[in-house]
Amino acid sequence: MTELPKTQADPHLRWIGRNAPRVEDDVLLRGGATFLDDIAMPEALEATFVRAPVAHGLIRGMRLEAARALPGVNAVLAFADLRAVLTTDRIPLALPAGGLRFDVDPPCLAIGEVCYVGEPVVLIVANSRRIAEDAAALVELDIEPLPAVVDPVAGLEPGSPKARLDTPDNLVARTKVDYGDIAAAFEGPAHLVRETFRLNKGGGHPMEPRGVLARYDALEDRLTIWDSTQMPHRAKAMLVASLGLSEHQVRVVTPDVGGGFGTKAVFHPEELAIPAAAMLLQRPIKWVEDRFESFTASIGERDQVWTVEAAFETDGRLRGIRGHLRYDHGAATPYGIALPFNAATNLIGPYVLPAYRMDIDLCLTNKTPAAPTRGAGRPQGTFVMERLLDRAAAGLNIARDEIRRRNMIVPAQMPYTIPVKQRDGSMMVYDSGDYPQCQSKALDVAGWQDFPERQAKARAEGHYIGLGLANYVEATGRGPFESVGISIGPSGKVVVSSGATAQGQGVKTMLAQVVADVLGLEPASIHVVVGDTSATASGLGAYASRQAVTAGNAAFAAATMLVDKARKAAAELLEAAEADVEIHNGMLQVKGVPGHGRSLQQIARALAGTPGFALPGNLPPGLSAASDFMTSGLSYTNGCHLAEVEVDPETGGVKLNRYVVVHDCGRMINPMMVEGQILGGVVHGIGMTLFEWMRYDAEGQPLTVTFADYLLPTSDVVPRVEIYHLESPTPLNPLGVKGAAESGTIGAPSAIVSGIEDALRHLNVRIDTLPLTPPQLRRLVRAGART
Amino acid sequence: MKAPAFRYHAPRSIAEAVALMSTLENARVLAGGQSLMPMMNLRVAGPDHLVDLGRIAELNGIAEDEHGLRIGAMTSQRAIEKSLLVATICPLLAEAIAHVGHQQTRNRGTIGGSLCHLDPGAELPVVAAALDIMLTAAGPTGSREIAFRDFPADYLTSSLEPEEILTHIHVPRQPPRSGSAFLEFNRRPADFAILSVATTLTLDEAGRIARVAIAVGGASYRPMRLDAAEAALTGQLPNAEALADAAAIAGTLPCDGDDLYPADYKQDLCAVLVRRTLTIAASRAQENAHV
Amino acid sequence: MFDAHDITLTVNGKPVRASVDARMNLADFLRKDLKLTGTHVGCEHGVCGACTVLVDGASVRSCLMLAVQADGRSIETIEGVAGAGELHPIQAALARHHGLQCGYCTPGVIMTLRELDHDRAGGTLSEDDIRAALSGNLCRCTGYQGMVDAALELFGPAAAP
Repeated sequence: MTELPKTQADPHLRWIGRNAPRVEDDVLLRGGATFLDDIAMPEALEATFVRAPVAHGLIRGMRLEAARALPGVNAVLAFADLRAVLTTDRIPLALPAGGLRFDVDPPCLAIGEVCYVGEPVVLIVANSRRIAEDAAALVELDIEPLPAVVDPVAGLEPGSPKARLDTPDNLVARTKVDYGDIAAAFEGPAHLVRETFRLNKGGGHPMEPRGVLARYDALEDRLTIWDSTQMPHRAKAMLVASLGLSEHQVRVVTPDVGGGFGTKAVFHPEELAIPAAAMLLQRPIKWVEDRFESFTASIGERDQVWTVEAAFETDGRLRGIRGHLRYDHGAATPYGIALPFNAATNLIGPYVLPAYRMDIDLCLTNKTPAAPTRGAGRPQGTFVMERLLDRAAAGLNIARDEIRRRNMIVPAQMPYTIPVKQRDGSMMVYDSGDYPQCQSKALDVAGWQDFPERQAKARAEGHYIGLGLANYVEATGRGPFESVGISIGPSGKVVVSSGATAQGQGVKTMLAQVVADVLGLEPASIHVVVGDTSATASGLGAYASRQAVTAGNAAFAAATMLVDKARKAAAELLEAAEADVEIHNGMLQVKGVPGHGRSLQQIARALAGTPGFALPGNLPPGLSAASDFMTSGLSYTNGCHLAEVEVDPETGGVKLNRYVVVHDCGRMINPMMVEGQILGGVVHGIGMTLFEWMRYDAEGQPLTVTFADYLLPTSDVVPRVEIYHLESPTPLNPLGVKGAAESGTIGAPSAIVSGIEDALRHLNVRIDTLPLTPPQLRRLVRAGART
Repeated sequence: MKAPAFRYHAPRSIAEAVALMSTLENARVLAGGQSLMPMMNLRVAGPDHLVDLGRIAELNGIAEDEHGLRIGAMTSQRAIEKSLLVATICPLLAEAIAHVGHQQTRNRGTIGGSLCHLDPGAELPVVAAALDIMLTAAGPTGSREIAFRDFPADYLTSSLEPEEILTHIHVPRQPPRSGSAFLEFNRRPADFAILSVATTLTLDEAGRIARVAIAVGGASYRPMRLDAAEAALTGQLPNAEALADAAAIAGTLPCDGDDLYPADYKQDLCAVLVRRTLTIAASRAQENAHV
Repeated sequence: MFDAHDITLTVNGKPVRASVDARMNLADFLRKDLKLTGTHVGCEHGVCGACTVLVDGASVRSCLMLAVQADGRSIETIEGVAGAGELHPIQAALARHHGLQCGYCTPGVIMTLRELDHDRAGGTLSEDDIRAALSGNLCRCTGYQGMVDAALELFGPAAAP
């Protein structure tokens, strides 16, 4: 593999490392983009779903006649109707996962039992969405209510009702993280910290909800699905399996996608129901999720209950952590058990943890199924570790920065192996990073040393300010691979196609920058196709902060191969030695002989072949190359966040005054876009900490089903975020890049809560629940004032 | 979700609007639509007829009269926010209206719509309660005046008859040596208030509180006046002790609570916001007394 | 029930005549009938701001206004901001400051900033002013900072003549 130099300031690189303008922006700024609901297909029918109105129940009957009779209604379909075109009852979503006691794959429409409010039960297809909704109001469901499981702790108690009648019990998985001598860690004199933490549910909430448009072409016997998804190749696999088609018959295309954040990674029931109905009715059908549906039918996560204890030496060094993590998995397992495992392992963070045992129980509940949302379990694990460190710091009278410094993994220990087996069977290995320097830089920037003085002055004036600190790591660039193909045809146009997908991150710009550097072209001249299963045979898509790592390196490898081939062809055409041919501004020319060369287009024409003539140098035809970059391990991004807050102890209100991030994701291909990822991530984390809470009542009815009830951070409550970078390139890939998409979310809750506790240190306020609402904080203030 | 079907009417006069409301079954008045339209788009409201007041010119406008301000019920919140007349004659209304929703909703939302909708978290009903504003409603038998204290009937329900429409709001001019303040607590600045307080007070020549009105929103289905606190303050110098005593009384106001915002939390907010608004209002009154 | 109403309005400077069902909201009318799909629908509850358009120069949630209510009005949508020509300075500044990622909220943000630019009447705005004005436009990608910086460049103290 060609290796790039390890420093960003490489004069040979015109684009990698630069803030190239985004190739995506122009059309988005003009309102000319094509999101799913913008696709012009006048013949398409529009659909809506009748959804479960109760969290758990048995379907005793349904009256569909009135809905079917409404003018403008084309079809009113229950599961039995769709079953005619399905190969199986359940969508085969199961991921292999150790510890899973049984899989709970959802059906595309409920079969006999409903298990969460919002579960699709009946599909209505009509001439317009308005009429479909009118018909939905005429459907009568006769549902016998069953007891609902809404709490993952109560749901695991003996005698709890079952969340689903088709499973043996609610314990869908039991697993653990276990290494070191945990019993010994808790023996002898040690400083012990015991805590219970409760983290509540939130979601991705992209501004564009999900949506599917399916068209079955009987003439070609081919199904095309436009899907607002992060993972079109996986969607295709689900459709092929569920509809009994072959791969060549199914094409999944992502139009412009208005944000994902995990919500659109998992294959949802509607993504099968709509194509199945399109095949059944032989008509194109469009379904666009509305916001109410989005709150009830789209995946979310973050419900976790931790009971933990930590043993520290008296000098603050960690001896061990043990405990029990109970995790609310909702009503199905659409994505294995990645979330609690991520949470438990990310707890370790940038610290030396000699012994660790976390028992993990996953409970099925009657809530919308849980699946990764920006951060994917990691913010919770980091929150637990950072809280434990703050507790120990207070108990041992050690400064919060110092206790972290004493526990940190240092660069000399890299690569640092933690004896925990991951999903792919490999051990957890931190590849690179300088954690002490990252924290030290953040402290300097935020004015940590002078802060106590400022804090005392503010308090004298009646202002309660605090400065919070958190460190974290994130495993990025998850494999196994991503694909990139590059081809230049006789037109001379450079077309890059990838299994990577774009939901706003700037994936097209990122790939164009990498390819532009290798080919000596401008990024704007490169046409990038992502999110189309007909453009790449294989691909995985957007999850786990991975695309710069996997697709970026695949693009680099493919472009390098393409140039090698072009060089060989040019050498032949120019009658020069291959070693003497260089690429410059898209021209292959002989070194030292400017003007003596061939353009990429000329070479592409030559390699396209002429009937009866030999190809130059007998090279294989076509100026193209493809690479599937296969990861050799996860690359670990790390960061340190400092949050300066002001608390109003009388109201429980919290204001964020300042926010500092020092971030290390290795080499940055486009620092502006990396910072965009960090910013969005931090603000998602702010939401998770202070605003966002998907609430349910005791019967499992969702209480927050509009943006007026579920609070996203707005521009007037988020602070300016100051971002600084360290660049520790990973040795695991030629570009030296690590992921950045979720990192901001991971650090934010811990830093903010640390700041709030710091502001109220005189009241000994200890926060153990997220999100933190003003009434909760006010309660803690009152309790603190009494003691 | 899309709104269910209805018939749309756009009367050009108050009389025409009242006639429509008197004859149509299951009709609702459409003012700015910033509360009704979301309810229809969620299909929790499904009127058979919408009577849009937006084309009735006589319902729009802000004018000064001998009592103070006369504001047409369909005047947009944005127009009130920008009005110099309102800022001069009723600074409390001007202060509160900046807290009402976002600019995009204030451009469409109306003062009359907000007063009739009576959302417990809304700001304008609280101001109306503090100022003892008078309302004019038109019905089949003519117009009638309603004191705001008699206006709220139930949760999200006014005492207007089904065929009546609110036409004008009368905001009284404040006496000299008056000051007012509006504060609310919410999670994000443009949200409905969890609890809000509007306070207006007038000092006598000796600097004592001659008259004070304290209204609280969010405690109940309707804005509540704190009669006991008002009585305790009247005749007092507005010093820290007097204001703290009033705040302590405010902290006993019975409040409707829920799991998210329990009653005792709202009582805490009530005490704090009453103390803070009184402090600001008294200081403004003192400034005005010295002008 | 279909309650048809004939309406005449101006959209992006061009006269439009149409017959609309009473329950058709302005956002759906622009998107479905006029094929102006740059106005996006994010919630239909008047909260997210993605569907913001200008009606007689004032920003409104087009999901909370009926198409029939637009009779006689002048509407500006994102498609009218720059047409096919050079980007408007607000659009160009958003790109420069990475004030957009997925772009779904962007048209609504631009319409809000158009009104803000008009209302400031040449005056200078603070970061707090800008953050308050943008608070009615939800964005999940950017953390708002790029939009705020774009507006500060154009309307802030540094932009003052």
